[in-house]
Amino acid sequence: MALTGLQIYKLLPQTNCKECGFPTCLAFAMKLAAKQAELSACPYVSETSKQQLEAASQPPVRLITLSTDGRKADAGNEIVLFRHEKTFYHPAPLFVRLKDTDAPAALAASAKELDAFNVDYVGIKLHLDGLAIENASGDAAKFATAVEAVRGATNFPLILIAKDAAAFEAALGKMNGAVPLLYAAYASNVAALAALAKKFKAALAIKSDGNLETLANLAEQAKAAGVEDLVLDPGARGFLDTLTLATQIRRLAIKKNFRLLGYPIIAFPGEGVSSPDEEPVLAAQHIGKYAGFIVLDYFTPARAYALLVLRQNIYTDPQKPIQVQPGLYEINSPKPESPVLVTTNFSITYFSISNEVEGAGLPAWLLVADAEGMSVLTAWAAGKFDADRIAKAVKTTNVESKISKKRIVLPGAVAVLMGEVEESLAGWQVEVGPREAVDVPAYLKLKP
Amino acid sequence: MPVAVEIPKEKYNGKVREITIGATKEQGGTRAKTVTIGGESTMPFLQFEGAVPHPPVIAVEIQSRKPVDWSPVLMDAWKDVMDDPTAWAKAAEALGVDLILLKICATQADGSPNNIANAKKVVRDELNATGLPLLVFGPGQAELDNEFLVPVAEETKGERIVLGVCEDKNYRTLVAAAMANDHLVNSRTPMDVNLAKQLVILIHDMGLPLERIIMDPTTGALGYGIEYGYSVMERLRLAALQGDGMTQQPMLVTPGEEAWRVKEAKVGTDVPEMWGDWAERAIHWETITASALVETGANIVVMRHPEAIKRVKAQIAKLMEQ
Repeated sequence: MALTGLQIYKLLPQTNCKECGFPTCLAFAMKLAAKQAELSACPYVSETSKQQLEAASQPPVRLITLSTDGRKADAGNEIVLFRHEKTFYHPAPLFVRLKDTDAPAALAASAKELDAFNVDYVGIKLHLDGLAIENASGDAAKFATAVEAVRGATNFPLILIAKDAAAFEAALGKMNGAVPLLYAAYASNVAALAALAKKFKAALAIKSDGNLETLANLAEQAKAAGVEDLVLDPGARGFLDTLTLATQIRRLAIKKNFRLLGYPIIAFPGEGVSSPDEEPVLAAQHIGKYAGFIVLDYFTPARAYALLVLRQNIYTDPQKPIQVQPGLYEINSPKPESPVLVTTNFSITYFSISNEVEGAGLPAWLLVADAEGMSVLTAWAAGKFDADRIAKAVKTTNVESKISKKRIVLPGAVAVLMGEVEESLAGWQVEVGPREAVDVPAYLKLKP
Repeated sequence: MPVAVEIPKEKYNGKVREITIGATKEQGGTRAKTVTIGGESTMPFLQFEGAVPHPPVIAVEIQSRKPVDWSPVLMDAWKDVMDDPTAWAKAAEALGVDLILLKICATQADGSPNNIANAKKVVRDELNATGLPLLVFGPGQAELDNEFLVPVAEETKGERIVLGVCEDKNYRTLVAAAMANDHLVNSRTPMDVNLAKQLVILIHDMGLPLERIIMDPTTGALGYGIEYGYSVMERLRLAALQGDGMTQQPMLVTPGEEAWRVKEAKVGTDVPEMWGDWAERAIHWETITASALVETGANIVVMRHPEAIKRVKAQIAKLMEQ
């Protein structure tokens, strides 16, 4: 839990010696609270205070990073229960599970195919984040071969799923510097797996049976054995029990600063549903309600696309709306004589207008001006959507080279800009369109 | 030494208002059953700390005439019943849902303008065809909504239908019709906590009891602004639980209409190959839009595709297990 400047001040010597470079201890405390100074700058802070401050500066949910050849999958570092309170920081990595009962060549091919999957969402490239490989065969040598095949085919971060320490050890020998997650330690094998995790610097998942005390005890044992990077599986699989336990774990970590459960959660939605088509519904719940790593069993492009977009939406910072790339967008294969509609690069504004025009089957050029991600009226009021910006968009996109009729339609909400735009764009016919996107098709039908 | 874990439970002062839609014969209507929503005293489905007395319900959207602009994936799912609103309602009821939302279109099946007599007839036929409580929405243009919905409200006096949609420019006529004929209203505002609250206050000030106002905070589809509606709904629900009386109305959202408007659901050609199979993608789009809103506190989700409805129904059933 982050401390306030005043709380930090109480832990400082309060001598105003200035050796930290700040005029007073209070000023230094404020800088520490804003994370603009380091505690080490104070030579006189007591050991007790130091420990308290360090403990308080740790995030309530530890950041866990899996990596392979520099490619990372991060989960954790979350500080709120609801995204409107601040934001969710690390989009839950989506993994797909493969099993070592498939032949190495088939596994390598699957891994490559999953790695190649990506979709473009408002200019953001969305893709899967890693692979989980399960020792379904129960054979350690087979597991090692499978891991080696996948490791050789892609640089996806990995989760290793097995029961025996021997299987993990065989697979860990094929890691070549990658940092995987070992899934999972129970009461009976936590000592052996913690030792392996420590030796190979891997992260360790611990699994209980729905009981959070069991889980916290496992965490304590793993920490005592020297493993700091833990991932939690509370053992629930269905809709209600995962929601309940994930909520309780997140609350304990954030509101109670309960460190033993201050780790990301791993979820397996495919194990809690009765049909593959239900998996995205449960995975969607996990995205909104507190899963860190999500392991999918039933990949199809359609399912993955929907989940990746949901994750992008939920993890968007509410203070920084999603923007679309400013530029010229073609709707329904416009012709040189089609009209140029101008709008701002706030994603919802862009989608409102492009959906209406596209849905109506009308060809048009949509010119998206850089208005710093604001909607039309907000941007206009803030001076981010004016004749200069519109003229600049016309120029940088070189739209004039693509059209035969210089006709530009302004959003009705900024009718007031008409005169200035006429001045800035000599030779253009400037029109004021409707205020609402929904009325644009009717306008274009009236004035094609 | 074993670690003890004390499960943190929130204690809220407020709860969501309980609202009943539809009236049986004894209650002055003709419905075979009524549907009660709301009553929660905790965030969605957190039964370990509060009551969730009524599950969220699904309303199937049907239209007074065969839609002209719906995705082929939807046309293919419902097929011939779309020609007859009563057959459509029966097919919808057979999915095991709780409510039917009838949208009265601006035109009739032959393209001619719809009229009051026909609007009244369609609603009456619908009431005869299904025993489920109804929601009746107008074409979505203020003047036409008033023109059709006022006579419909009179025609169906006592049925406790939900009339929609009431917006800030257009609530007075519909609220008066609901008051005079013992109906409910759907209060819609564009994705904003304060606007949602304000319109409830305005409607209530006209004299309509709060037990007859449903709050519709509006939503965007997956990929098209769902996160705004998602957070507005979470904030409204938290405000309700913290005791803000004018945010305690049950919430209705229309993920079906929103999801089926977007390219991912509507279009099957000239889209990236990575988007996957069209029908599969379209159904997931509606399902995930609706399911995410169920998890943030929606009490009624209005949906379109039978398969998406089936999946969200299963989700709700599993979240309500004791």
